[in-house]
Amino acid sequence: MNQLQNFTKGLLKENPILVLVLGTCPTLATTSSSLNGLGMGVATTFVLVGSNVVISLLANLIPDKVRIPSFIIIIASFVTIVDLVMQAYVPDLYKTLGIFIPLIVVNCIVLGRAEAYASKNSVLSSFIDGLGMGLGFTIALGILGAFREIVGGGAIFGHKFIAGDGILVFILAPGAFMALGYMIALVNKIKKT
Amino acid sequence: MEYILIIISALIVNNVVLAQFLGICPFLGVSNKVSTALGMAGAVTFVIVLATMVTYLIQVYILDKLGIAFMQTITFILVIAALVQMVEIILKKISQPLYQALGIFLPLITTNCAVLGVAILVIKKNYNLLEGVVFGAATALGFGLALIILAGIREQFELADIPEGMRGVPISLVTAGILALAFMGFTGIVK
Amino acid sequence: MAKTESTFKNMVLSLTLISLVSSACLGIVYEFTKKPIELSNLNKKLNAIKLVVPEFNNNPYEEMFRLATGDGDSLEIYPAKKDDTIVGYAVNTFTSKGFSGNISMMAGFKSDGVIFNITVLEHKETPGLGTKMTEPEFKDQFNDKNPADFELKVKKDGGPVDAITAATISSRAFCDAVTKAYNTLQKGGMK
Repeated sequence: MNQLQNFTKGLLKENPILVLVLGTCPTLATTSSSLNGLGMGVATTFVLVGSNVVISLLANLIPDKVRIPSFIIIIASFVTIVDLVMQAYVPDLYKTLGIFIPLIVVNCIVLGRAEAYASKNSVLSSFIDGLGMGLGFTIALGILGAFREIVGGGAIFGHKFIAGDGILVFILAPGAFMALGYMIALVNKIKKT
Repeated sequence: MEYILIIISALIVNNVVLAQFLGICPFLGVSNKVSTALGMAGAVTFVIVLATMVTYLIQVYILDKLGIAFMQTITFILVIAALVQMVEIILKKISQPLYQALGIFLPLITTNCAVLGVAILVIKKNYNLLEGVVFGAATALGFGLALIILAGIREQFELADIPEGMRGVPISLVTAGILALAFMGFTGIVK
Repeated sequence: MAKTESTFKNMVLSLTLISLVSSACLGIVYEFTKKPIELSNLNKKLNAIKLVVPEFNNNPYEEMFRLATGDGDSLEIYPAKKDDTIVGYAVNTFTSKGFSGNISMMAGFKSDGVIFNITVLEHKETPGLGTKMTEPEFKDQFNDKNPADFELKVKKDGGPVDAITAATISSRAFCDAVTKAYNTLQKGGMK
C-alpha cells in the first residue's frame, strides 16, 4: 500500500479504538471532556510515533528473544518523556489525565503497532503508520469526549452553553461505557454499508 | 478496620473496571465464558499481588533513595513483564488446559492497565507495604468480580437476538455500563 | 525480522545498551524539566494565595510557616501583609474525607478570623456532583463568615451550610478542610 493509504487506514478502516478495539482504558477514562480526550490522544500519538520510529530503526539490531522487553523499555522511555514534559508545561491537563499518562506504556495500541508493524517495516512507513493510528485515536477520543461533554454537561471545550446540568450519567462511568459501545456499533454499521 | 475499608472500597465502591476504567481489554476479551474468566481472574490476582509487593519495595528502596522517581514507569512495567513471564512458565507446567484456554491473553496481562495502574496507585495513595498488598488483592478480586459477572451475562447473549451491529464488543460495553450504573449504588458505603 | 542472532551475549548487550541509552535520555529530560515543574507548582500556590486573601505586597511564600493541627500533621500557613501589617492568612489545608479521596484547598482568613475566600487546589470528586464545590454557588457561602459563629456543618448535620444536592459527602469534606484550617490558625494563636 502507498503511504497515503498507510496513513488513512488508522483513521477509519483500522481505527485503533473503534475497529481494533485497542486502548479502551484511556478512551473510557479520559473522555469526560473533549479537551481531555484530545490531550490524551496527542500524548499517545507522540509516544506512538516516537516508539514506532525508534523501534523500526533498531529492529534488525534487537535479538528476537528480547524484543518485547526492548520494545517496552523504548516505549516506557517515550512515555516518561511525555509525562515530564506535560508536568512542566501543561500541569492542569497533566493533573486531569493523572494515572493514564504513565499507563500509555500499556496502551495496547502502542505495543501492538510496535510488534505488528514497526518491527517489520521501514522507518518512514512506521512513522506514517504511527501518525495515522495516533490521529485516528485522537479523533475518536475527541468525538467521544465532545459527545459526553455536550450531552452530559451541556458544555463544549470547557464552555457551558446551558444553565444547569445535562444528562450527568454520560460524564460518569456508565455513560462512558455506553457511549463507546454505541460508537463502535455505529462504526460497525457504517463499515457494512 | 482500615483494611476492611480498603477492601470494600477497592472491591465494589471504586471497582477497578467499572469505576476506574482499568483492565478493560481483558475484561472484554476473556469474559465470554465463566470458566476462562475465573482462570484469568486467578492469574491476574496472582500477578497483581506479587507486582504490588515488588514495585513497592523498588520504589521505596531504590527509586526514592536514589532520587530517580522518574524511572518509575520503566522499572514497574519491566517488573510486571518479568512476573507475567514467570506465571506463564508456571501455568504451562501445572495446568496445560488453562494455559491453552487463556491463550494470547496470558502474556497480555502485562499490558493489563489494572496491574500497572494498581502498582502506581499504591505509591500515589501512600500506602505502606501491607496496605498496598491488601489494596492490590482487593482490586484484583474486584476485577475478577466484574469479569465473572460479565461472563455470566455474556453466556446468556448466545441465546438472545442481538442486532447485528451491536454484537460482540458494543453490547458488552453497554452491559458494562449498566453494571457500572448498578455498582454506583454502592457509593457512600465507605464514608 | 531481526537479523541479529539471539545469542546470550547479544541479548544481554542489546538490553543493556538500550537501558543505558534510555536512562541517559530520561535523565537529561528530567534535568531540563525539573525547573519548569517546580515553577509551575510554585505558581499554582501563589495564584491560589492571591485569590483567597486581601491585597498584599509581601512574599507569602517566603514567609511560610507551619502550624500543627493537633491530629499529628501540620499545615502550611502563608501570611499576607500589606506594608508590613498582616491582612490575612492563606492556609493550605486538606481533608481525606472526600468522596473520592483527598481534597486540598487554600483557605484565606482575614486577621480577625473571618473567611475571605477559598479555592480548591486538588480533588478527585465526581464530575457534576462533588466538583460543584469549586463553583461559586457552593463555595461563596463561606465568604465573610466567621467560623466562631458560623458553624461549618451541613444542614443535615444541624449546621447552616447549604450542601450540594446529592453530594453531601463532598460538602462535608469541604467543611472539614476549612474547619481544620481555622482550628489550626486558632491553635497557633494567629500571629
